[in-house]
Amino acid sequence: MALQARVKITKCADLGEGIFELVFSCPQMAGEARPGQFVNVYSDDGARLLPRPISICEILDAGQIRLVYRVVGAGTKEMSGKKPGGELTVLGPLGNGYPFEGKKAVLLGGGVGIPPLLELEKEIGIPAAAFLGYRSDKTFLLDDFREKGPVYVSSDDGSIGIKGNVITALEKAVQDGFSLDGAVLYACGPGPMLKGVKNFAQQHGLKAYISLEERMACGIGACLGCVCKTTGVDGHSGVKNARVCKDGPVFDAGEVDLS
Amino acid sequence: MSNVNTEVSIAGVTLKNPVTVASGTFGSGQEFSEFVDLNKLGAVTTKGVAVVPWAGNPTPRVAETPSGMLNAIGLQNPGIDTFLKRDVPFLRKFDTKIIVNVCGHSEDEYVECVKRLADADVDLLEINISCPNVKAGGITFGTVPEVAERITRRCREVAKQPVIMKLSPNVTSIADMARAVEAGGADGISLINTITGMKIDVNKRKFVLANKTGGLSGPAIHPVAVRMVYEAAQAVKIPIIGMGGIATAEDALEMILAGATVVSVGTANFHDPAASVKVADGIREYLEQTHTADVKELIGAVR
Repeated sequence: MALQARVKITKCADLGEGIFELVFSCPQMAGEARPGQFVNVYSDDGARLLPRPISICEILDAGQIRLVYRVVGAGTKEMSGKKPGGELTVLGPLGNGYPFEGKKAVLLGGGVGIPPLLELEKEIGIPAAAFLGYRSDKTFLLDDFREKGPVYVSSDDGSIGIKGNVITALEKAVQDGFSLDGAVLYACGPGPMLKGVKNFAQQHGLKAYISLEERMACGIGACLGCVCKTTGVDGHSGVKNARVCKDGPVFDAGEVDLS
Repeated sequence: MSNVNTEVSIAGVTLKNPVTVASGTFGSGQEFSEFVDLNKLGAVTTKGVAVVPWAGNPTPRVAETPSGMLNAIGLQNPGIDTFLKRDVPFLRKFDTKIIVNVCGHSEDEYVECVKRLADADVDLLEINISCPNVKAGGITFGTVPEVAERITRRCREVAKQPVIMKLSPNVTSIADMARAVEAGGADGISLINTITGMKIDVNKRKFVLANKTGGLSGPAIHPVAVRMVYEAAQAVKIPIIGMGGIATAEDALEMILAGATVVSVGTANFHDPAASVKVADGIREYLEQTHTADVKELIGAVR
């Protein structure tokens, strides 16, 4: 069960290039959270009504939740100005996380889609290959992933790793002998990247779980603001639409229509 | 427990308190029931339902604006069959009234949906002739008095429950619209639906909403809503469900003093899932603190 709480902030950090980290303490929420889920973060400014849905980067010891997010507007800018010891109103954990199938995991994260894959790799418990795509050599969370398993880096401008996105890097790795036998793909990132992941999975006959992003209002499945197209008729909506916040944000790539 | 009376009656249906939720902000209550006790609401007003499932508009469907938001959901709904099978039995488990919001693409679709609801265990019907986000139906029926009167009459003829007509603020005279639906036999009116708006992303030089326009809601529209509820209350005798930017008990009380019998909490549910119950609790506290024995004393008390 998700809960709404006013929580204590325990850590804030500027990770550079508009990426920030915020850790808060809420043992009950942390106890229920799963990788791939998100929390609603509410503004303290009454003029900003809508919660910001932020993916859970890590569930830490002592009941803490780590968020790593990009500042994109006034709401996330307000978040980035918070200080340890301060408070935050959050609701969570929300949505469905990544189902782990106990197979070889290939993690594919693009930009601010990278953070939720960190907790996933922790929970899988065995080193997973992480393909991380950045805009440039201004990276974040790279060391966290390197501590856990092999990392393949790509960047849009080629200033670090392979020039291109995570699919470019994955294709290159496969050419160089990286085995996809028994692999399941777990991805989070921008829309075009997720389309690429879906196509790659189809071409190689692999299962892929992708985490979608959409502008949300309620975040709990009531307002139907954040739907995605589905390949079949969705059981809840009765049409080919599923709620990203409630039925996702993680979907089996075969079940969503990204065209 | 205090002895103030928070009960109100609308079109012969008694609500334990004057607070419901605005259609579309609360689904059919299931998702919110994790965060609020639905038994504490006077009524739950459901998301608009049509005779067949509607897919709604492309995304993005929502955008934040100063003290408000725009939405262009486009009345996505699973259709009356699923609604009757799944949502009505769920809501009946709670001690609260059920107000069903009805939408259609044509007059016949509204009438058909009202007919399908005739034998359903629901308390009130709210006919949505004011959605700004669908191409056919919705607001096109809610801006011309003669059309609104006709559709009210047709719904009234087949309805077994009291009929509340939900009015649009996007009109020159809300009083004329209120009088038109009263003449058509409406048992009550609800207002305001959202105000048509638009937001442009200056970096992308594109509309933020895929639908280009959307309906503005939230505290930003509250004074407009209070004014329109007041004007409607002066124009008609039928009871009013007032809504538009209610986030606190004070906002709700303003609306009641302006002439509303019942109030709906809408966009505030997104900022705080428990907002509706907090408003209901706050109204009770106000009555106690001001030694007001009955909330009904406040309805339309400011003239």
